[in-house]
Amino acid sequence: MAFNFAAFSYIIALIGDAFLIFFSLFHVIAIDELKTDYKNPIDQCNSLNPLVLPEYILHMFFNLLLAFAGEWFTFFINLPLILYHINRYRTRPVMSTVGIYDPTSIMNQDQLTLCQREGWIKLAFYLISFFYYLYGMIYVLIA
Amino acid sequence: MAEPNGVAMQQQQATKPQYQFNGIHSNHSSRGASPASQLPPIRGNIPMSQLPPSRGPIDAVTQKIGQLSVSGQNTPNISPNKLKTSTPNPEGIQNHRPVFSENPSPVVPSNMESVPLNDNGSSDIANRNLPAPQNALNSNIFTSSNQRTHLSGGIPPTQQNVLPNRPQVNLPSTSNVIGQNYFSQPNNVPQVLQNQNMPPQNQMFSSSQSGQVLQNKNMSPQNQMFSSSQSGQSVSNFGPSAVAAAFPSQIRPPTMNPQQQNFAQYPQQVKPTTQPPSQPQFRGVQQPPQFNTGLPARTSPYNQLGQGQVLQPPTQRLNPQINYNAGPVAAPPPSLNGPSTLPPRAALASNRYPTNMPQQQQQPPANNMQNLSYPNQQYTAQQPGVVQTGFNRLWGSEHHDLLQLPNILPPTKIPAPQINLGQEQLNQANCSAEVFRCTVTKIPETAGLLQKSRLPLGLLIHPFKDLSYLPVIQCNVIVRCRSCRTYINPFVYFVDTKRWKCNLCFRVNELPEEFQYDPVTKTYGDPSRRPEIKSSTIEYIAPAEYMLRPPQPAVYLFLLDVSRLAFESGYLEVLCNVLLEELKNLPGDARTQIGFLAYDSALHFFSLAEGLNQPHEMTILDIDDVFLPTPDNLLVNLKDRMEMVEDLLKLLPQRFSNTFDGNSALGAALQVAHKMMGATGGRVSVFQSSLPNTGPGAVTAREDPSQRSTAETPLLNPVNDFYKRLALECSGQQIAVDLFVVNSQYVDMATISGISRFSGGSIHHFPLFKSTRPLAVDSFQKDLRRYLTRKIGFEAVMRVRCTRGLAIHTFHGNFFVRSTDLLSLPNINPDSAFGMQVAIEETLTDTQQISFQAALLYTSSKGERRIRVHTLCLPLANTLQDVINSADQQCIVGLLGKMAVDRSMQSSLSDAREAFINAAVDQLTAYKFSLNMGNSTNGLLAPECLKLLPLFIAAILKHPAFRIGTATRLDDRVKAMIDMKTLPLPLLMQQIYPDLYPIHNLELQEVILNGEEEPVPLPPRLHLSSRCLENKGAFLMDCGDHMMILVGPNVSREFLNGALGVDDYQSINDGMLEIPVLDNLANQRLHQFINYLNDEKPYNVSLQIIRDNSPNRGVFLEKLIEDRLENSLSYHEFLQHLKTQVK
Repeated sequence: MAFNFAAFSYIIALIGDAFLIFFSLFHVIAIDELKTDYKNPIDQCNSLNPLVLPEYILHMFFNLLLAFAGEWFTFFINLPLILYHINRYRTRPVMSTVGIYDPTSIMNQDQLTLCQREGWIKLAFYLISFFYYLYGMIYVLIA
Repeated sequence: MAEPNGVAMQQQQATKPQYQFNGIHSNHSSRGASPASQLPPIRGNIPMSQLPPSRGPIDAVTQKIGQLSVSGQNTPNISPNKLKTSTPNPEGIQNHRPVFSENPSPVVPSNMESVPLNDNGSSDIANRNLPAPQNALNSNIFTSSNQRTHLSGGIPPTQQNVLPNRPQVNLPSTSNVIGQNYFSQPNNVPQVLQNQNMPPQNQMFSSSQSGQVLQNKNMSPQNQMFSSSQSGQSVSNFGPSAVAAAFPSQIRPPTMNPQQQNFAQYPQQVKPTTQPPSQPQFRGVQQPPQFNTGLPARTSPYNQLGQGQVLQPPTQRLNPQINYNAGPVAAPPPSLNGPSTLPPRAALASNRYPTNMPQQQQQPPANNMQNLSYPNQQYTAQQPGVVQTGFNRLWGSEHHDLLQLPNILPPTKIPAPQINLGQEQLNQANCSAEVFRCTVTKIPETAGLLQKSRLPLGLLIHPFKDLSYLPVIQCNVIVRCRSCRTYINPFVYFVDTKRWKCNLCFRVNELPEEFQYDPVTKTYGDPSRRPEIKSSTIEYIAPAEYMLRPPQPAVYLFLLDVSRLAFESGYLEVLCNVLLEELKNLPGDARTQIGFLAYDSALHFFSLAEGLNQPHEMTILDIDDVFLPTPDNLLVNLKDRMEMVEDLLKLLPQRFSNTFDGNSALGAALQVAHKMMGATGGRVSVFQSSLPNTGPGAVTAREDPSQRSTAETPLLNPVNDFYKRLALECSGQQIAVDLFVVNSQYVDMATISGISRFSGGSIHHFPLFKSTRPLAVDSFQKDLRRYLTRKIGFEAVMRVRCTRGLAIHTFHGNFFVRSTDLLSLPNINPDSAFGMQVAIEETLTDTQQISFQAALLYTSSKGERRIRVHTLCLPLANTLQDVINSADQQCIVGLLGKMAVDRSMQSSLSDAREAFINAAVDQLTAYKFSLNMGNSTNGLLAPECLKLLPLFIAAILKHPAFRIGTATRLDDRVKAMIDMKTLPLPLLMQQIYPDLYPIHNLELQEVILNGEEEPVPLPPRLHLSSRCLENKGAFLMDCGDHMMILVGPNVSREFLNGALGVDDYQSINDGMLEIPVLDNLANQRLHQFINYLNDEKPYNVSLQIIRDNSPNRGVFLEKLIEDRLENSLSYHEFLQHLKTQVK
């Protein structure tokens, strides 16, 4: 039983992941509101866009910690998502503000389905990885 | 049992009065009766090779042209008298119904109903059965339309138009009948038809293609026989069939017996008895009538002439016999059975070529006749075709081998296919194809079926189109579905007189008391008498609950670029002159406001305050943080300050004449405009001539002139989102920004167009505009005049609903999508159209019909809140053949174009081009698959309804939006892409594949009468290939937004002097933009023809007359898109390419 850097990283990852779960929950709900005409796309994009970068940065941050801690397996599980995030932001529509959602194109059904699917998949991924981090933390603490 | 079409409604919506005149009866009858319609179109001889000559540099063309010779002498000369007798004289715009058609339609209905029962000849089951109910319907319709005219005070007088149009009744036929017909069809029809119709080709084939020689031999004697017998004894021998040919759509031959006898003479026939009905129907529908008519003209003029002669006597005889015959009006036009393309209907809908149509209709029966007479020979000759034709018969579809058909274009406009809902009233009530059009006329039941057919599913809508007939209703309660808010429409189901079932969500709703009240009879009862139930296009005057605020006044703000480049272009003077003339015609009421703002590197405001002697100019140099120099008097009431505004317009052109300011602060000007109009909303018209290179939203020149032959994706996309964001803010304040780009240099259209794209504006582009170029000025003036005076709707939203199970997937056009089915349109104008892709989300097996409803809520310029509702209803299809045969090729091309624009902006231009080719390949492959023939065929098969698709796709690949290899300025390309998204389909099709007509012998062409009783010549449409040009001719090309006339070097002196009014060939100069009005027939005909073409457009477009040796002819020749241009494929090569791809 040792409280080392890896354990610390896992704890941070656990906390961060909890936030990410909330982010993606919010994302899923927001997209769903768009689909069911509850919200104006301009407002919705304005509320979604500021959260995009924090989510990406938070995710990258604790993965970086995990990588430094030598938890390579955990890191490689998350690597595809990191790359996806980078690519997603790189190919975002031309816009002067932060974020990736453009109110003029978000209502396109393709975009909506993409965003919704993305939200659900991320939610599932974060949930599963939450328990994995929990396991990883305990495992490291016990080891 | 009925399978009627909905022509009547569509006709009512036609824009021009003369369309109204051409009610369906008049159409059919006039066609039927007119010998002129039989005239073969005049064309040049076909070159020996059916391949379009490949064209390299433009210089080469003249020689090509020289090879062709005129065939004017082939055309029989028809005297005007003859024409007049045959073409009915309209008696007045409202009630134009030709004498002939009048007889059929109102003829004692009871009588009619009884008749068909009496003479149920075995030969004619289909025909006989059908007319009866139709007549009944007809009579109903008449009475009902009468009622309607009196119905409610809210309905404008135009409603009377109903009368002439209504009676277009359409011809029902059951699927059973179709089946019979097909089975009874003699085998190998297609080949025979081809040969008949393409005599020039026949020669070619006989020399080159052994397989078809036999047919040719068979055919030629037939032709002769047919024509000779016709010319001599018209009625006796061929009478009935000729009559059928003449009035295939309306009038069944007066006597069936002769026909039967005729058939009896040919014992070899498979089922002689059922054939007569089947053939007109069959041919008309599946076999391309256009095809038939287009080609035969060339070599067998006699044949047609013969028909024409034959036709007349029966016409006269018919009248007395109408009662006996029972079904004159109602008898199905040959084409009506068909699931897909029904030429007569759309032509009727638009009434564009009434006289040409009869050709189409008459031709098929004639061909049939020939087929009938020699079934045996054909049979033997065509043994291998048995399987093929068997399938044709099975599925009721005819196919064409595109590689064998160099002349595939019909001589008339391509009509929209008919929608068949199975019920007379519904078909009549359905929305006009000009307003609402779907890529298929039958919706596939499942997404899988749609996927198999490879057709794109989508809608094109032109919601605010100028309509000549529009019922307007003012009522206390607008009846809508309580759950989905659908407006009541003709396709709802009445459970009883108090309840109706929504056709979109299937909820059963209560009907308000008011709705059952019939103001005519002052009784309560049947709700189906209401105009809402009779017409699927309707306008409500909305009560207060449809307003968020009091209706806004009309507010117009003009933003004028006054930089150095703008002054050099000289647009300002033109603009001010036009504006001065049209100031009083701006739509609006007493509250109308107007304002002006000029900008270069500073903003120049003009205060038009009361009491000033002349406009007071205020200049603001700080463009980074804009503010209004004065709170009021920048936008002033037009009526109150008319003189001041006029003063300003007179001063403006000189005011900035000595500027050397090369900057343009468009962004700042737009921001300040947003501030000025924020409270009311309205329309901002921006005139931009230089790159906006300073202040907020500044852009830099990023076009590389050496890269003009391709376009990289980033260049097609905006460089910043300033204009888009500002447009969204404007959209929120109900401000629309219209952009007039009068540039001579790159202005980064891709970026600045964002301001219009997302605010529901329109974009007008005048490349290389100089006030010294008459053509540019002319088209600018004309466009501007139309822009200033056209209708306008403010603070509009459009919602598109569809039956449960379908969903709108993507919208195309200029607007902002505010929710899944709601488009926010700060302004709506009558020239903008929209497209949407539709996805099938659930299986629709339980549904009978699919409806789409577009509701446009807007404030008219008079301050009235109105709702315009269009409802389109489509049947379902559950087999692949049905789906494919219901395709609407023009609509598909329109939708593919919109999708390809998205593709080229998101991915790349080459991807988009690839997607086009794939679309063509996929659809032809799917068709081949649906034929289930394995690999037995060698040709490139296409169904009738898709036969022009490869042609259009070949054309669209050479459209400025998608072409590569040809230098295209980036702005022009971007503008072409915007057009692709926003133009109404007819205009878009003319841009993609312009209409080409020979005009050197218009006085010899057949004529029709338009609404003003003026004869209009109708030359046949030509292929866009230099093989169709001849050096002795003159050709008019209608590109939608402009027209061009190319005059060949050897054109006759009579034409030059008479029609064009020039002394000799050399005196046609480049500046010739109009044709003088002279007092001779050729000149009159030319004017009539040009006016006729202009009548279909929103405004009279500019005309350019080009000599064949003028440097300008390049603009004409580059439109000959079927030829090979520098490095793009010719049409034939494109087909060869497709053939290698189609598996």
